Amino acid sequence: MNLWKEFTKGLIDENPIFRLALSLCPALAVTSNVYNALGMGLTVMFVITCNNMIVSTFRNVIHPKVRVPVYIISIATIVTVAMLTLEAFFPILFKELGIYLALVVVFAIILARAEVFAAKNKVIPSMIDGLGMGAGFTLGMLVIGTIREMIGNGSFMGYQILGSWYQPPLIVILAPGGFIVIGFIIGFMNLSEERKKQKKEKSEIAAGGTI
Amino acid sequence: MSEYFLLFMGAAIVNNFVLTRYLGLCIFFGVSKNFHASSSMGLAIISIMTMSSMLTWTIEHFILLPLGLYFLKTIVFVVVIAVFVQILEMVIKKFMPTLYNVWGIYLLLVATNCVILGVPLINAEANYNFLKSTVNALGSGTGFAIALILFASLREKLQFSDVPKSIEGLGIAFILAGMLALAFQGFSGMIPL
Repeated sequence: MNLWKEFTKGLIDENPIFRLALSLCPALAVTSNVYNALGMGLTVMFVITCNNMIVSTFRNVIHPKVRVPVYIISIATIVTVAMLTLEAFFPILFKELGIYLALVVVFAIILARAEVFAAKNKVIPSMIDGLGMGAGFTLGMLVIGTIREMIGNGSFMGYQILGSWYQPPLIVILAPGGFIVIGFIIGFMNLSEERKKQKKEKSEIAAGGTI
Repeated sequence: MSEYFLLFMGAAIVNNFVLTRYLGLCIFFGVSKNFHASSSMGLAIISIMTMSSMLTWTIEHFILLPLGLYFLKTIVFVVVIAVFVQILEMVIKKFMPTLYNVWGIYLLLVATNCVILGVPLINAEANYNFLKSTVNALGSGTGFAIALILFASLREKLQFSDVPKSIEGLGIAFILAGMLALAFQGFSGMIPL
């Protein structure tokens, strides 16, 4: 039950993209279609989980003064492994992701999870935390990717869904669209949270009134 | 000569780091709350970017390529840049304390960031020579500083405007950045690369 909680907190409550506003660069750069977004999300999930496991295994050995360089070297090693694997098995995806794949090394979210969670917890919870955060990241990427590909190209995963009558506004796939879409998603998330809070307050007042 | 000028303009404006390539967004949204901080950040980025690009080019061409260790470039670049920034910080602290008071924190913030790591990777991918990669780094840094300072000035105006409550803060900042990117979109295709 506790482990399940560690997993689900990354999905919505502490979603890396929308809530913590960390690692925004890839969230904009590779989300112009769903396929790339999914590839990037899964890569990050792999890196974050492996790194959390390594850091938490060695958490009692690493001297606190040199911890950040150690984390960075560990992350860079895992990213290199992921890059070589992708280059061998998914060459097209590797080419599309380009330098953003190498830049996974400096994603704030990976270093943040190592520092905040994995350095203080046992291996299994750290692994679950990494999986949850990675899943939350992938979810965020998928949401942005779906919206942008749907509006900007009328397709999903490369399959044309909207008919030829649909004139796609190309700007959504280009740079400015990414910023504007994320701005609106953050707005909607805040709005829904506000609604929930208001409803809760109202029901509490109503409950108080009957007593 | 014109080749280098075009490379500089291309890196600074046409392929702007933040608004077209989406790099360094954490700094872009984090530091742009006031004008003064963003201009010092811009200067810090230009100088570190240029110096670290020169350093990584040298390492890449004199150590990694002859030894056949090219696949390690990501690890090596990250570590080299982090160490370099750390040393630079110590030197500035010791010899130029006034400069350190203005810049100090920004230097460390920049140490492991996608803007700084992005330039050496782009240089390596495009296979630029030493002079070209330096010019590219200088141009990219200038472009980042321009975008940061423009955006900070816009955000200062935003403080006095009446924004809907749900998109206050980060939400409106993103939409504003989108508008700025729209303006920069006008430059695209100006220089064939």
